[in-house]
Amino acid sequence: MSDKTMSARDVVARLESGMTIGIGGWGSRRKPMALVRALLRSEITALTVVSYGGPDVGMLAAAGRIRKLVAPFATLDSVPLEPNFRAAREAGALELMEVDEAMFMWGLRAAANRLPFLPVRAGIGSDVMRVNPSLRTVTSPYEDESGHHETLVAMPALRLDAALVHVNRADRAGNGQYLGPDPYFDDLFCEAADTAYLSCERIVDTAELTKAAPPQSLLVKRLHVTGVVEAPGGAHFTSCAPDHDRDEVFQRLYASTPWPEFAERFLGDDERAYRSAVAAWHEEEA
Amino acid sequence: MSAGRVAATRAEYCVVACAEAWRDAGEILASPMGLIPSIGARLARRTFSPDLLLTDGEAMLIGPEGTPEGWLPYRDHLALVTGGRRHVMMGASQIDRFGNQNISCVGDWARPRRQLLGVRGAPVNTLNNPTSYWIPRHSARVFVEKVDMVCGVGYDRVAEHPGAGRFHRIPRVVSDLGVFDFGTPDRSMRIASLHPGVTLDRVLEATGFALAVPDEVPRTREPTAEELRLIREVIDRRNNRAREVAD
Repeated sequence: MSDKTMSARDVVARLESGMTIGIGGWGSRRKPMALVRALLRSEITALTVVSYGGPDVGMLAAAGRIRKLVAPFATLDSVPLEPNFRAAREAGALELMEVDEAMFMWGLRAAANRLPFLPVRAGIGSDVMRVNPSLRTVTSPYEDESGHHETLVAMPALRLDAALVHVNRADRAGNGQYLGPDPYFDDLFCEAADTAYLSCERIVDTAELTKAAPPQSLLVKRLHVTGVVEAPGGAHFTSCAPDHDRDEVFQRLYASTPWPEFAERFLGDDERAYRSAVAAWHEEEA
Repeated sequence: MSAGRVAATRAEYCVVACAEAWRDAGEILASPMGLIPSIGARLARRTFSPDLLLTDGEAMLIGPEGTPEGWLPYRDHLALVTGGRRHVMMGASQIDRFGNQNISCVGDWARPRRQLLGVRGAPVNTLNNPTSYWIPRHSARVFVEKVDMVCGVGYDRVAEHPGAGRFHRIPRVVSDLGVFDFGTPDRSMRIASLHPGVTLDRVLEATGFALAVPDEVPRTREPTAEELRLIREVIDRRNNRAREVAD
């Protein structure tokens, strides 16, 4: 098995402006924030971002890196509205493909299965069809009991150039494990992508993975993974149960601080600088 | 408390009106979004709908005492929605007379005046399982003639798609002023009941479209003594409900 460990900076060096990038997690939950911060320190821009949006979307939008966003929402969970996403939308700063949560999942499934689309009922009758004129419908070739052929949305595959996800544990080959209550859709993001980068709280030996957790916690398989980054606290300030909860006070600071000021104070030269800036802020607040 | 029962507050009428959405629902998932609907769903399970399933707000199905009884991560939750064994009560930033709902943005979608959450799961919910709504502050800014972005699909829109619309149903809209349904010939919104103390004029004034008004406007039913006890002493001991709906 090849050793796929690399740094967050190595990951970003393999990404390019204009790419379509899927970001795992959900809202303000287990987001690959260390990888997002590394992206923010780079010059990469004009991205198409595919995400169940949280502060990942907010920060990249605030920094002007998103050309197009594919998302059903953006939220900080405990702070319902993502302030930087809102500002970007109200300024007309990004193109949006706004789809339903289930449509989004089926778009990833279609890509993972190398299908051009999958039929979904969600979206019919809603303005999702109005604001996405490129969406098409498909009519069932089979009739139902009343002789009717149902018309459904043909959700196009959300194929990704790269996926970024964060999990609790991984081995050096890219087998990824989640230990919290919800896998979200991180396996799907990896399967829908040409390249996938996995950050984790801790890299362990392969044998360690199943010593303390059941086999069904092994979410991501190494054949879908290009690079593994050890990033303790790499989901901060989003939650990463059971390793750490969401940093609610810091999230409130993020939500109430203008982006340039926040970036100036916290982004720093690397992840170590970020962590010490956060620690210093917490100390001041205590 | 047990001697000399204190009269029900407006928030408590709202809780009971929300709970009623899940009466006779059987063994399905109750998905309440927001505080008052959550108290209502838990009240329904502890009284007249004991077979309901409820989550902890994340990935676990839990019993009345908080005991985990099942696992429902988002991916399975989305599958359960399309399977239909669920009744969700969502919020609404705007809702119109046919039950079209908006939580995405206010103003022109291309350049919104106010960006809100996004469509979330409203399209999949409304096409697949019963969807009710909870509105804590009834006003003409929420009850509008036409919503800016149709997230949750209403009766007029779904009528254009009879095949895909066969599972569509909006059982009720509950606000701090009353309960509303779509039991009219053209499926436009009508008053089902007003909460005690609320006048018809006040509701008509706070609604931005013509509500259907029945000849006799019923009152929202009184909570039973046992329901008041459960709300006050078991489900919401800290009276958080009063912060969402004042008297």
